[in-house]
Amino acid sequence: MRDHEKYFRMGRLPHIWCPGCGNGIVMKALTQAALKLGLDQNKTVIVSGIGCSSRASGYLDFDTLHTAHGRAIPFATGVKLANPELKVIVITGDGDCTAIGGNHFIHGARRNVDLTVILFNNNIYGMTGGQASPLTPVNKKATTAPYGTVDRPFDPCELAKAAGATYIARSTAYHVNQLVELIAGGIENNGFSLIEAITQCPISYGRRNKMGDAAAMLKWMSQNGVPLAAYQKLSDEQKGDKFPTGVLHKSSFGEYSDEYAHIIDMAGEES
Amino acid sequence: MSQARLMQGNEACAEGAIAAGVRFFGGYPITPSTEIAELMAKALPGIGGTFIQMEDEIAGIAVILGAALAGKKVLTATSGPGFSLKQELIGYAALAEIPAVIVNVTRVGPSTGQPTSPAQGDTMQARWGTHGDHPMIALSPWTVREAFDSAVLAVNYAERFRTPVILLLDEIVGHMRERVVLPDPADIAVYPRRKPNSGPGYKAYAAGPDLVPHIADFGTGHRIHVTGLIHDETGFPSGSPKVTEDSIRRLHQKIEIARDEITHYEEFFTDDAEHLVVAYGGTARTAYAGVLAARKQGIKAGMIRLMTIWPFADRVIKQAAARVQTLLVPELNYGQLVYEVERAAGGQARVISLPKYNTEIFTPAEITAALEKLAQGGETK
Repeated sequence: MRDHEKYFRMGRLPHIWCPGCGNGIVMKALTQAALKLGLDQNKTVIVSGIGCSSRASGYLDFDTLHTAHGRAIPFATGVKLANPELKVIVITGDGDCTAIGGNHFIHGARRNVDLTVILFNNNIYGMTGGQASPLTPVNKKATTAPYGTVDRPFDPCELAKAAGATYIARSTAYHVNQLVELIAGGIENNGFSLIEAITQCPISYGRRNKMGDAAAMLKWMSQNGVPLAAYQKLSDEQKGDKFPTGVLHKSSFGEYSDEYAHIIDMAGEES
Repeated sequence: MSQARLMQGNEACAEGAIAAGVRFFGGYPITPSTEIAELMAKALPGIGGTFIQMEDEIAGIAVILGAALAGKKVLTATSGPGFSLKQELIGYAALAEIPAVIVNVTRVGPSTGQPTSPAQGDTMQARWGTHGDHPMIALSPWTVREAFDSAVLAVNYAERFRTPVILLLDEIVGHMRERVVLPDPADIAVYPRRKPNSGPGYKAYAAGPDLVPHIADFGTGHRIHVTGLIHDETGFPSGSPKVTEDSIRRLHQKIEIARDEITHYEEFFTDDAEHLVVAYGGTARTAYAGVLAARKQGIKAGMIRLMTIWPFADRVIKQAAARVQTLLVPELNYGQLVYEVERAAGGQARVISLPKYNTEIFTPAEITAALEKLAQGGETK
């Protein structure tokens, strides 16, 4: 058994994902980050929402909580505040996190509860067969956008930054080593961390948009994911489809349960 | 030594929940339940608990379900619009067997309705609001003291049956102030969080003879999986028809086998009553006064006051229906629980609905007038 495999419930595999799906790469990166940090399986909770990526919680050997669509972050907030000694990691997808769970995402970032949110961004609702999500680029085809999407996507990293997240990073299923480092960095940050992991859905997104097979989609990531410093030097024309990777933002603000501990002290003195 | 206090129903509810061990509250402000959140915000940090105001009603229940799984006894409070928003996760709690108490201080609906006026329009929503087949426990107190006692019971039942429990505190009881003497803390029976049966082969969702599983709290080394998908004894999803059928049956049966024990009600003048009022919540208070006035006129009136609304008191109503001519059901709604009364009565007695839905509470005179009419052999309305 390879070392990171101790973090898998091997008996629950194989997973349900389609051939060529990138979710397994991101899930493995999470276990490698856990190994790197020596995460205690008995003191770590994985919380997920609903969708393809959210099924990962069942395959991971921790306490795991597969919640309702969009609600992983508030469930995770409850777990963390009820027992602050637990490490809490959220697994969510682009639809789960930024559409139905968008409000919770914003307020999770604002509160700065110590949660590490790994956003598996495959630009599509995969579980339901390929409908457009808030992270589907404009003019892309989806089953609910047969002539191409009209509405613009937003950038979840910029959104999280504006809302107050204290660690924000982005990588891809192609840049696995970087992804492992970034996830580990997010877990180490004592506050709300977002790691956007761009992953491929060749069946329900790539095929419909003539992006080729999984290998071609990974190649696209390798060509368009650019380290932040290099990205900032590009002209608008050069930027095109390119997107910045690495740690995009770090800031310092009191973590919610630490701050609430002060409230407990104050209330204790008053009573 | 307990002292007499002037208390509000919402306040008594908050204190009852704390007395039963609630140490985590999450919620969103909504009239007429907000006092519960405000009291929790003040009280919980001083006793090692946690209060959090969430971004919306859905997050308000999600956060308490997460906290319950991490070991806390939990409460949220809302009113009609928020209760509607919480329904999906009430079903999640039922299926994933997470103990949680949801207080609904009911107001006039539908929609925004009449935000500060009393109603009992969520009686059926409490039972059937979330989708799919599920059992439900809902309690509705009629006094401030009983707001305290029913909050204790609600928390205890949530823990004992590992299920969501609804506390229907109508606006009358929620906002009413009464002189109360609370029980001595030593006299309050508190049901502790169930501990897992440890040892190899532990299955989080394997139920014992009482059909309730011993689900380990997160962080205790059991590495369990909790999901809103239908799951087998291990907690992991299963698509099996047999597992599905067995799960849904067990969820119902764990409440059903304790039904008599958790059916709380009171009878007044049922020995000689010919016309029996069936009432609950704040409405039962005026109904009681109306019954007393009718009896002074020589009308053989009585009352059954239901504190447990769900599961419905089938046996109690069936037995009563066999002895009386009429069951009169006043409710601050268009007629909801009356259909349950009718079903349980099984044609043994006339069942008459006395609905009211204009923001005003019943007066005793309205109840007495309805009883007079029945005594004269006429229908009401």
